[in-house]
Amino acid sequence: MSVGVIMLVHAALDRAEQVVRHWVAGGCPVVVHVDKAVSQAEFTAFRGRLSDLPEVSFSARRKCHWGTWSLVGATQTAAEQILREHPQVEHIFLASGSCLPLRPVRDLCAYLKARPKIDFIESATTQDVPWTIGGLDAERFTLRFPFSWKHQRKLFDGYVRLQRRIRFKRKIPTGLQPHMGSQWWCLTRSTLSAILNDPMRQTYDRYFKRVWIPDESYFQTLARIHSERIESRSLTLSKFDFQGKPHIFYDDHLQLLRRSDCFVARKIWPQANILYDTFLQKNEGTVPQTEPAPAKIDRIFAKAVERRVRGRNGLYMQGRFPHAGVEGAMTAAPYSVFCGFNDVFEGFLDWLPRATPVRVHGHLFARDKVHFAGGEPSFTGALSDSAAVRDYAPRDFLTSLIWNTRGERQCFQFGPADVQDLNWKLALDPNAQISVISGAWAVPLFHSTRPFAEVRVEAARLQRVENKFLEILKTPYVKAKVRAWALADFIEAPMDALQDIVDEMGQKPPRRLTEVPKMVDLTGFGQFLQSLKNEVMHPYLMGDFPLSSVEAAPVPEPRRPYLVR
Amino acid sequence: MRLQRKRLRIRARRKSRELRMVANNTAQIPRDGIVLFSTLRNEKRRLPYFLEYYRAQGVDHFVIVDNDSDDGGREYLAQQLDVSVWTTQHSYKSARFGMDWLNYLLSKYGAGKWCLTVDCDEFFVFPFSDTRPIRALTDWLDTSSIRSFSALLLDMYPKGPIGQSCYVEGQDPLEVLNWFDAGNYTISRNNRYGNLWIQGGPRMRMFFADDPIRAPALNKTPLVKWRKGYTYVSSTHMLLPRGLNLTYDANGGEKATGILLHAKFLDTFGAKAAEELNRKQHYAASHEYKSYAAQLKDDPDLWCRWSESYINWRQLEILGLMSKGNWA
Repeated sequence: MSVGVIMLVHAALDRAEQVVRHWVAGGCPVVVHVDKAVSQAEFTAFRGRLSDLPEVSFSARRKCHWGTWSLVGATQTAAEQILREHPQVEHIFLASGSCLPLRPVRDLCAYLKARPKIDFIESATTQDVPWTIGGLDAERFTLRFPFSWKHQRKLFDGYVRLQRRIRFKRKIPTGLQPHMGSQWWCLTRSTLSAILNDPMRQTYDRYFKRVWIPDESYFQTLARIHSERIESRSLTLSKFDFQGKPHIFYDDHLQLLRRSDCFVARKIWPQANILYDTFLQKNEGTVPQTEPAPAKIDRIFAKAVERRVRGRNGLYMQGRFPHAGVEGAMTAAPYSVFCGFNDVFEGFLDWLPRATPVRVHGHLFARDKVHFAGGEPSFTGALSDSAAVRDYAPRDFLTSLIWNTRGERQCFQFGPADVQDLNWKLALDPNAQISVISGAWAVPLFHSTRPFAEVRVEAARLQRVENKFLEILKTPYVKAKVRAWALADFIEAPMDALQDIVDEMGQKPPRRLTEVPKMVDLTGFGQFLQSLKNEVMHPYLMGDFPLSSVEAAPVPEPRRPYLVR
Repeated sequence: MRLQRKRLRIRARRKSRELRMVANNTAQIPRDGIVLFSTLRNEKRRLPYFLEYYRAQGVDHFVIVDNDSDDGGREYLAQQLDVSVWTTQHSYKSARFGMDWLNYLLSKYGAGKWCLTVDCDEFFVFPFSDTRPIRALTDWLDTSSIRSFSALLLDMYPKGPIGQSCYVEGQDPLEVLNWFDAGNYTISRNNRYGNLWIQGGPRMRMFFADDPIRAPALNKTPLVKWRKGYTYVSSTHMLLPRGLNLTYDANGGEKATGILLHAKFLDTFGAKAAEELNRKQHYAASHEYKSYAAQLKDDPDLWCRWSESYINWRQLEILGLMSKGNWA
């Protein structure tokens, strides 16, 4: 009782030769099918080099095209040959020239010997699995595919469309329930003979000749009819990327492959010398009977597919430049925008990082320069504080800042005196948390010593600008988390508002605000607004400020616990 | 576009008459060889390490245009068995900064092969480049039906004034220039050619802070499976036909990309900038070099507190400057 190997080879003949010798040394007879695309001279040389091994024979060559019947045909011929020539063989293992045995052949033989009646062939129905290539799953079995997908893609697609339009459907031979799965299987002699000697074989073959990618469905379907017991998995480790082409293993996968405990892996890069040298050396030690555990490798390749398809959110680089609106968030992580807070509170920039572990910048979009936290001339990623550089590409400035500081929440101040180029982008970014105390810009004006005429003009301008921003924030398209208060409402209960904002930032550990930022002195602010009104500049964004009440309103020292809820 | 491509090709053929062959070993290029193309002038000091670096990565042959060097570099190259050298005394500028010459040589010796077009101060880094040769990458690109591979030009600089870094011939310049800017790049799409236009890094921060739009382009597509009819349009920033420029995913995914570590700012940079300014052979009326010269008088330090020290490609991958895409 032993294992026989069918090997389909189409390139890298030197590597194939190495692997053939390895199988034979392990006691497995091999039947090799060499693609007819390989020149006769090369083939003859290859056969010559292997002529010292009586256990190796070559099956009739035919030209194989990916996804076509030719691969099945070649396998059938080779299978018939191996069953005929090696009657002692009980399991037949289908491998390719770029497959590499990872565990000693002895191991595989022992494993199969312990499971004599089991067929290892991945086999699932189209309803069960989402393996679609070119948008086809069940249709693989009901349409006709006379054109090559690789070389005649337009004809292929056109013909599929035509068949769909005229609702063409092939009849599946009775008794067949189409299954598919990895084309690399290991079947028992009895199952394989039953498939090859099936009285209906002609009918089945005729049907599968027009199925798409029959090498992934012919044996998989027929094994379901003839097998006593199917283990629906392949003993060959083989991973596919999002386009359905196999991932390739290189030298740096050595440890990974070693720990996988899989019997055979494909595809190996032909020049992966370390892999070939390591896994093909003679191994005399006894290896425990472990089950293959490809989970780790699965994870790595699943991550690769994820990266290729989804990418890293909020990253813009030479390989990733999503169209506007393709992805939900413009930025990599949540951040907070504070409008008017440092006008209302003295030392707000120092208070906030004490209250919750975040990085608090000044006005990043100020007109003179970028005010990074701590007044630094540059920031992570070597972002410059030059206003010209920032305004050249404000979106890139913000997305870079957020990307560079992944893991640390960023907060910055914003106001109507700043550059407003990014307002729409901010409003549409679900990562933005925007808190606005509207009209707060009037507080520094109120405290300024500038001539009143100037103040009046400036107030009118800032109010216009801020109103525009607020209008954007009121549109139904907004995805940012927006909170807005009129100044008058805000100072009624500032701590509740601050607690909400800080809670929503979700920094761990959640804390109650114990220290209260000191509010600026608003004595006489009502009167100031009234003077503006008298000068025909009507301030409305700050809400209703009573003429005199403000004197009493300031909520400074923490005299009582504000935050009992 | 097709007309422009034709024009560029005819131009390349015309400009090819300016080239004089010095050493032609192109007969040795294997049929599926990886060939490096470069044009240079007075870079003798850099050449030994440059050749060593790319030989180790598995480049089979070097095709080099020497623009009138007088430092012995041409003679040095001509002695190498895997290098073919052409020389010319004609204007670098009127050959579109050397691209006409290279376009000609690319279509003559590069057709059907993977061609890496870099300057001799650019060091190509790609995913897994510490464990896999370029051949592994090109084989993978072939099986993935990808024709071109892009790389961001990453300016490397020393800690301390540029003029005080000390480089010895044959040394790895990245030992001297070990720092880079990790995240201050701007990107937009060039709608005419479909490529991305990337700017930023220390040069924008230091030399173009007041006029960022003039900061040099950092997007490059250095590795291309060349075919007759392909042509570089402006340096290696973009190509025709335009499909070759689509090296990025526009739906949120990441395509595999690499990095060109740019070892421009060696101690010779000041002298070089002054010379180039005199020769007036560089892009946009040598505006870039004017800007350098203005600042180089004070021997600037490009290093800042947030500069990153270079470790390996994995670091660049994590920082988001390059990507493995779905190569694993």
